[in-house]
Amino acid sequence: MSLAQLDMRVGEGADLVLRRATVLDPVAGIDARHDVVIRDGSIAELAAPGEALAEGIEEIDAGALHAFPAFFDPHVHLRTPGQEHKEDIETGSRSAAAGGYCGVLAMANTEPPVSTPADIEALRTSARAAASVRVGFLATVTSAMQGEELTEMASLREAGACGFSDDGLPIRSALVLRRALQYQRLCGGTIALHEEDPDLSGTGVMHEGPVSAVLGLDGIPSISESTMIARDAALAGYEGGRIHVQHLSAAESVEAVRAAKAGGVQISCEASPHHLCLTDEAVRSLDPHRFKMNPPLRTEADRQALIEGLRDGTIDCVATDHAPHAPEEKEVPFEAAAMGVTGLETAFASLYTELVIPGVLDLALLIERMAGGAEPFGIERPSLAPGSEANIALCDLGAEWTVGEDGYESRSSNSWCGGRKLTGRVLMTLAGGQVAYRLRSFSLGVAA
Amino acid sequence: MRHLLSIEQLSKVEIEAILDRAESFAEVGRRDIKKVPTLRGRTVVTLFYESSTRTSSSFELAAKRLSADLVSVRAAGSSVDKGESLKDTIATLSAYEPAAIVLRHPHAGAAHMVANWADATVVNAGDGKHEHPSQALLDVYTLRRQLGSLDGKRIWIVGDVLHSRVARSNLIAFKAMGAELTVCGPPALIPRGLEQLGCEVTHSLDRLGEAEVVYALRLQRERMQESFVPSLREYAAHFQIDSRRLGRRQLLMHPGPVNRGVELSGEVIDSPQSLIAEQVASGLVVRMAILYELLASSDGERASAHRNGAGRPTPIGQPA
Repeated sequence: MSLAQLDMRVGEGADLVLRRATVLDPVAGIDARHDVVIRDGSIAELAAPGEALAEGIEEIDAGALHAFPAFFDPHVHLRTPGQEHKEDIETGSRSAAAGGYCGVLAMANTEPPVSTPADIEALRTSARAAASVRVGFLATVTSAMQGEELTEMASLREAGACGFSDDGLPIRSALVLRRALQYQRLCGGTIALHEEDPDLSGTGVMHEGPVSAVLGLDGIPSISESTMIARDAALAGYEGGRIHVQHLSAAESVEAVRAAKAGGVQISCEASPHHLCLTDEAVRSLDPHRFKMNPPLRTEADRQALIEGLRDGTIDCVATDHAPHAPEEKEVPFEAAAMGVTGLETAFASLYTELVIPGVLDLALLIERMAGGAEPFGIERPSLAPGSEANIALCDLGAEWTVGEDGYESRSSNSWCGGRKLTGRVLMTLAGGQVAYRLRSFSLGVAA
Repeated sequence: MRHLLSIEQLSKVEIEAILDRAESFAEVGRRDIKKVPTLRGRTVVTLFYESSTRTSSSFELAAKRLSADLVSVRAAGSSVDKGESLKDTIATLSAYEPAAIVLRHPHAGAAHMVANWADATVVNAGDGKHEHPSQALLDVYTLRRQLGSLDGKRIWIVGDVLHSRVARSNLIAFKAMGAELTVCGPPALIPRGLEQLGCEVTHSLDRLGEAEVVYALRLQRERMQESFVPSLREYAAHFQIDSRRLGRRQLLMHPGPVNRGVELSGEVIDSPQSLIAEQVASGLVVRMAILYELLASSDGERASAHRNGAGRPTPIGQPA
């Protein structure tokens, strides 16, 4: 499936030249300074620096900037239908564009959940009217996320569902997941899994360990996640199904996915910036705005295992699990607060600041994983190769900024990075061939 | 000290200052007129989202003994029943310009949040399973009167530690006072990683004899349904403190309310080794001392005197 098959607002294709940009697309094998010529929304040419002709079109002095393939997030919550007080397609896709994303996949745990072909069609129509980036929609695996009856998966695929997920909830019954994997042979569509054993998680609100012991908060043990991954990997292997494990948080989970991959299971997985940057030590502040989410922040050993998984390819991609919530859902004690944090606008900058600058991760590897969220769903990844649709994140890797000081594009402000100083900023995003975002203070040097 | 939110925030010196103050209030309690004018004209709000006998009554009596005006709010029967958020309730009560809000809440960190929202001094009277600092202070006070010092003393905390805010605060407070701590209970009722608080963890009472103080915790009956322990009888057989297990020189404590015949047998509750009644009596003077230290002494005083336009409140017969 091509990226262009995902929906977005129809508009004019961009015409511009990014003059002398440092162009890095590790998958396409591009790592050099170029004039990037964009005509009618496509990458027309990667010319030698300063050589491209730009008669009559906008020209940007990108001599101090990096051009990356725009990012793709396979896991965001756009909250529509039903929870538009948190986010909607317009604000969520604007938030994505501000983070350098050209495409996102929206989860189906809305109110009501996205369970019918009509739901998918209505969302796609809305996206064509309001989305600044390409948006694909997942449908639920089970009807109304009840975990019992399968949705009409084949019809949902025909209506354009990009895959299936009951995200927010695990599929408790192994038999139900087995039936879904059997049905997948008929209709395709990767099944994305929120892995958690509801009995082991119980009333937990944070990682189970010394910090939860001191705070007196109910713990969610790592094994709640890893045992379900092991179960579902075995099911997928047995049925020859294709699964994608969402938001890995624990070292045991990385190990479970690694073992499944080695055993030939068609499995991919993702990790979020907050799990790659934070640990449960942050929860000592009892600040639910920034540090309450599910799966929870875990230990330093877990964080290191996630980083190693990202490095060795066990973890295929970065996904934000962007989960907006209204202030009144977070301005309550930790145990009572809603789970989830926003992350689209800070994903690249946070990982660049916390992992690339200290030398933990290669910039090229991060770029590869940031755009790697499309492939697990059979969608081609954004590319800077000439002839591609223009999906470009233009970044200033030297820019320092404080998260939230100018507000957010998202309707919600529960950013796990709120108040942090980050280095590296997206100045401009091209998505689906259109200019999807420009930082307000970023003045463009237009050629005379 | 502006608020009392956790025992963790207090140094040994600060704990001792509160206990010394409590000693002086014990003297006031022996007078005919047990009241001092310290907080005259100032308002104390007690806001309880959970049921309580000892903590609420002793904080309220403490406020009255210090001559404060008292407003007691119980969540049941208040606007909380109508869905008012904690933040809005605090805003409402703040309109009375209270000097202090004493808060009991079922969620960890509630007192911390309220301290950020309100101008008043906030006293944590129990937040979820997190902390219960006034209980820890009164327990240290009770033990200090019995033992002189806790330094090097062996204290065993026995029972349902997982669900106990008292256990957490007392572990921190006893540790700060120099005691050696052992925690004992069924594995499912000891939180994973508790050793990091600096205590030893065991699942057997075999070595109970080495303790100078045995601190038993309440076992809540609803824990049976969640299979933390198979039955009350099984629990009692392995973890009940009875006259067979409790040596004659060992002191016995319990935060109350007691489940007779579960965590404690009837005869040890009523034995001379039991400090349970002293704990309750200590609760009053220690909570007077807490309110005094927060509202009337040193830096707390300047801010509040300015706010209320009142002069220095001197308690009758108090050391400066």
